[in-house]
Amino acid sequence: MSKKTLVEATVNGETVEFLCEPRQSLLESLRDILELTGAKEGCLTGDCGACSVMIDGRVVCSCLMFGVEAQGTNITTVEGLATTGTLHSLQRKFLEHASLQCGICTPGFLMAAKGLLDRNPEPNEADVRYALAGNLCRCTGYDKIVKAVLDAAADLRTHGEGKAAAR
Amino acid sequence: MAEATTNGKYKVIGTRPIRHDGADKVTGRAKYGADYTFPGMLHGKVLRSPHAHAIIKSINFDKALKLPGVKAIVTSKDLPSVANKLEQAGEMAINPHHLSMNILAHDRVLYDGHAIAAVAAINGHIAEEAVRLIEVEYEVLPPVMTVDVAMKPGATILHKDLRNQEDGDKQTNVAQHYQFKRGDVAAGFKAADYVVEREFKTAMVHQGYIEPHNAVGIYSSDGTATIYCSTQGAFEVRSFSAQVLGMPVGKIRVVPAEIGGGFGGKTTVYLEPLSVLLSKKTGAPVKLVMSRAEVLRASGPTSGSQIKVKMGATKDGKLVAAEIWMAYEAGAFPGSPVGAGAMCIITPYKVENFLIDAYDVVVNRPKTAAYRAPGATNAAFASETVIDELAEKCGIDPIDFRIKNGVKEGDAQTVGPPFKRIGFIQTCEAIKNSPHYKSKLTGKNRGRGVASGFWFNAGMNSSATVNIHADGTASVVTGSPDIGGSRASMAMITAEVLGLSANDVRPVTADTDSIGHTDVTGGSRVTFATGMAVYEAAQDAVKQMIERASKVWEKKPDEVEFRDGKFFAKGNGVPPMSIKDLAPRFSRTGGPITGRASVNGRGVGPGFATTCVDVEVDPETGKVQILRCTIAQDAGKAIHPSYVEGQMQGGTAQGLGWGLNEEYFYDEKGILRNVGLLDYRMPTCLDLPMIETCVVEEANPGHPLGVRGVGEVSIVPPPAALANAIYRAVGVRMLETPMSPPKVLKAVLKHGGSAQHSAAAD
Amino acid sequence: MHAINYEAPSTLDQAVSILKAHGENARPFCGGTDIIIQLRAGVRRTEHLVDIKKIKELRNLSFDAKKGLRLGAAVPCIEIHENEMMHRMYPGLTEAAHLIGSLQIQNRASVGGNLCNGSPAADTTPALIALGAKARIVGGKGEREVPVETFVLSPGRTVLGPGELLVEILIPAPSPHSGDAYLRFIPRNEMDIAVVGVGVAVTLDGEKVKSARIGLAAVAATPLLASKAAESLAGKKLDAKVLEEAGRLASEITSPIDDMRGTAEYRRHITGVLTRRALAIAAERAKKN
Repeated sequence: MSKKTLVEATVNGETVEFLCEPRQSLLESLRDILELTGAKEGCLTGDCGACSVMIDGRVVCSCLMFGVEAQGTNITTVEGLATTGTLHSLQRKFLEHASLQCGICTPGFLMAAKGLLDRNPEPNEADVRYALAGNLCRCTGYDKIVKAVLDAAADLRTHGEGKAAAR
Repeated sequence: MAEATTNGKYKVIGTRPIRHDGADKVTGRAKYGADYTFPGMLHGKVLRSPHAHAIIKSINFDKALKLPGVKAIVTSKDLPSVANKLEQAGEMAINPHHLSMNILAHDRVLYDGHAIAAVAAINGHIAEEAVRLIEVEYEVLPPVMTVDVAMKPGATILHKDLRNQEDGDKQTNVAQHYQFKRGDVAAGFKAADYVVEREFKTAMVHQGYIEPHNAVGIYSSDGTATIYCSTQGAFEVRSFSAQVLGMPVGKIRVVPAEIGGGFGGKTTVYLEPLSVLLSKKTGAPVKLVMSRAEVLRASGPTSGSQIKVKMGATKDGKLVAAEIWMAYEAGAFPGSPVGAGAMCIITPYKVENFLIDAYDVVVNRPKTAAYRAPGATNAAFASETVIDELAEKCGIDPIDFRIKNGVKEGDAQTVGPPFKRIGFIQTCEAIKNSPHYKSKLTGKNRGRGVASGFWFNAGMNSSATVNIHADGTASVVTGSPDIGGSRASMAMITAEVLGLSANDVRPVTADTDSIGHTDVTGGSRVTFATGMAVYEAAQDAVKQMIERASKVWEKKPDEVEFRDGKFFAKGNGVPPMSIKDLAPRFSRTGGPITGRASVNGRGVGPGFATTCVDVEVDPETGKVQILRCTIAQDAGKAIHPSYVEGQMQGGTAQGLGWGLNEEYFYDEKGILRNVGLLDYRMPTCLDLPMIETCVVEEANPGHPLGVRGVGEVSIVPPPAALANAIYRAVGVRMLETPMSPPKVLKAVLKHGGSAQHSAAAD
Repeated sequence: MHAINYEAPSTLDQAVSILKAHGENARPFCGGTDIIIQLRAGVRRTEHLVDIKKIKELRNLSFDAKKGLRLGAAVPCIEIHENEMMHRMYPGLTEAAHLIGSLQIQNRASVGGNLCNGSPAADTTPALIALGAKARIVGGKGEREVPVETFVLSPGRTVLGPGELLVEILIPAPSPHSGDAYLRFIPRNEMDIAVVGVGVAVTLDGEKVKSARIGLAAVAATPLLASKAAESLAGKKLDAKVLEEAGRLASEITSPIDDMRGTAEYRRHITGVLTRRALAIAAERAKKN
């Protein structure tokens, strides 16, 4: 076993410190050390997107990043998407549109979709499909996921993130 | 979302409430198998064969055991010897001896990735390092990778004890030969004006669930064990693990975690017995999670196949004869779905004369498991392409050809009694009347194809209990792991019977000690059979509550009526009581109310689907782009329409992936080369259009709510529909899946380059 | 994964000295999107990873009308795509950077890393070859510049010696009436490794080609510069016949393999198709510049 390193980062708005081995991925650090099991392991090769989280505002596969690299970063996981118990518009729209079946890919899709909407509040279907192409879903055929993201975008444009969440 | 019901008779059924497990699943709180941890838990990893076929001469794990942090290593020597006989389990038959050999190879490895040993260590990295330190000496044997090679006289034999009863009791790789026939095939072909005869190949494909297999095993010093895992069937995990481990079923409890997809692939065991074995040896909980490479190499994909179809029709478009030969790869142990494939291949059509020969063949590939309508997709790729060709020869629209020959109530199945009420023709008509089929497809190298599919659907055993709470709300407990939103449907059925809202019913999936036996979530059976149990359990609760209401009112039970969620006393002017009013009086009138039911789901209603797809083919590269896709499927009755549509769309997407790019790619040594999701190419968001759905509702007379089950048949038509669309786009008949760019290009070039074709689906 | 050490120096000198200290046992580490997978699978082994993302010089992306483009080795692909100048000046390279994996990957992976990974199928390498890019390397015996087409030696192996580090990629400023393009063929529409990748750059003189460069990926053990194909265009109008011939010459120098991504025969054919198509796109762009 190699020596552990102390990492300090902001996770879902809270400052956290954790000890990890350099070989431990960020995904492993989040799941096994910080007990945030929302990000899922689907492939460990960056092909399925189930482990997607946001680092300093950009969506990455946490399986392809080491925990030690998180030093000083701001991390948002699916657990940080809802604010004080109120679901984010994306989360609500995923439920309303029945965009999940088994739900294992859902955290990753939500984070990828948030990454898109944060940068492009008015995406069309092609934009959504491109932004979600790194996330595999085997249950839905993507139809209801794409519709939910487009609907959430419209909702956020009308109500804004805070107001949309408060409704 | 629209709250309108699809049927005025119902208040809850046909609406689209938010699923009960939804909030947990969008916030990351839902616990899947890999999310479980226990104090002192160890992590396990599995050593797997680097050879497709070899004798294990020796295993030395001294070095591995010495690595600090390693706690135990198990091999097949730690497994008891078990019965070598076939036992039916869900949709697939299981032989405990074969299962044991698949869990840990006994004396030989039979495929690349075959498990040999398992290590438990204080973390996964150390377990993995230990696996690399185990030394195995092999005597490598020639691999047998395809059915044609395996069936040749003199082929290398996989199992010494597999013998051919039809051919002088010789050693063989053919585990089973099925034959189905009717009428006089020779006479049938004689009457045909057109005969089409084609040979097809389909590649082995994987279910592709995003969540890898997982298990946490906890063996207790009192001789009991608990397994937490993501499975489609907790009761199957219990009985299979008991068989492999030589433990009584009653000593094992299986707790089904949330499950990240299965599609049939999580109906058997791989890691579960290992987790118990390692836990027993170490005294600690042990978690095992497969890597994606392990999932692809060593879980249970579905069969690749070779199929020959010869069919004849008269010039007015009547099918008169079919002769079919089909052989499916079982993988390393017997048990491909070829029998099911044979019983599906021409079932949508009235064919008076047919002969079907079907062979289950062992090869050096992973043992196949169920995959959504197992066997039917391979079969339909062949038959539905030939049907398309016959329709063309007859000059009849392919949908009209299907309507003309399609089965209706009273028509014969390939095997079994005549059909009861079915909706095949209705799915064809729904496509014919769809905006998609009515639209004109224009543009170069574009084509439209249609195809249909049949799947039996399953019944089997289910149990349910309905508990009425003190506040008049309810919970419904079943043993069916919820793989795609079925909990919502169970709550809706309960709510419908009890006159509650869907929100007032909390659905729960219980462990194997907390609910009566319930078979696997598979065979499209949960909403049908577990739904039936739930319906009956809710009725049982109502019956008990009527008695209680009668006690309260000092009436006879038959003087009390229950409707619209309220109890009414006949005769006097007492105001009606709601369940909410009655619930606080349970204690005084005889105790809590729990409705119970266990059913053996008879009255299964078969499923049919018809799919229409438009494609554009790049004649210079062979790449096929899907432009538009519509599916019509008979649901019987859609309990939660959104999740019915979801099953239709998801199965369609899998079928499209199967048709275009998915395949197991083995090298000449029998080693799987595409062991990741980079090269096992499932459709991404950018590869698919919106998938339009037409839900047909021809009520199943065998179910109190008319439910058929909708989980599977949607996967059946797409590969054939794609092949038929490609034909109309560029004029080539694709006879092999996947219809990947190199194969399509080769066919196009052979056909004479990028000849232009009309886009019309005529 | 075996145990590793991780360091994240903030200066180039520190990085070079760490790399030198550990020699063969150390490797620069950037987006990690290839090397983490390789370490996990055991196909590459290294004891020390030197994270170069904190070194300012390696994060530089700047353009000078005379000196051209300086692309720091650690600039993530997404920053190329989000840079308006890059779309204007080097649309082909920008497209290539935007084709590498998903957005999740592009947010981490860099063009420099794509090059140093040494894959014959790297998307951005043929685009760089087409643009006449050079790799600036420090460490080892000092500083050197290497043309990108000679950077990769064999699958996974590059000219970088122990202690050496790719600092930046230097690309000449586009001449007037020039344009570049990159096309790759994959079976799906996203997420695949190139079956064939073709990067081209064309400079026009009126209707005729003044000069051109063509880079190929996934058709040999290393990315290739297709000189003969490019030279065949000089002084010619890009009509169907000329394009066909360039495509033929490009596919002639390939030595592809049969694998799960395509057959050798198929790759040769696609090389021709993509060369033609990419040249047509680049020429259209050149006309507008």
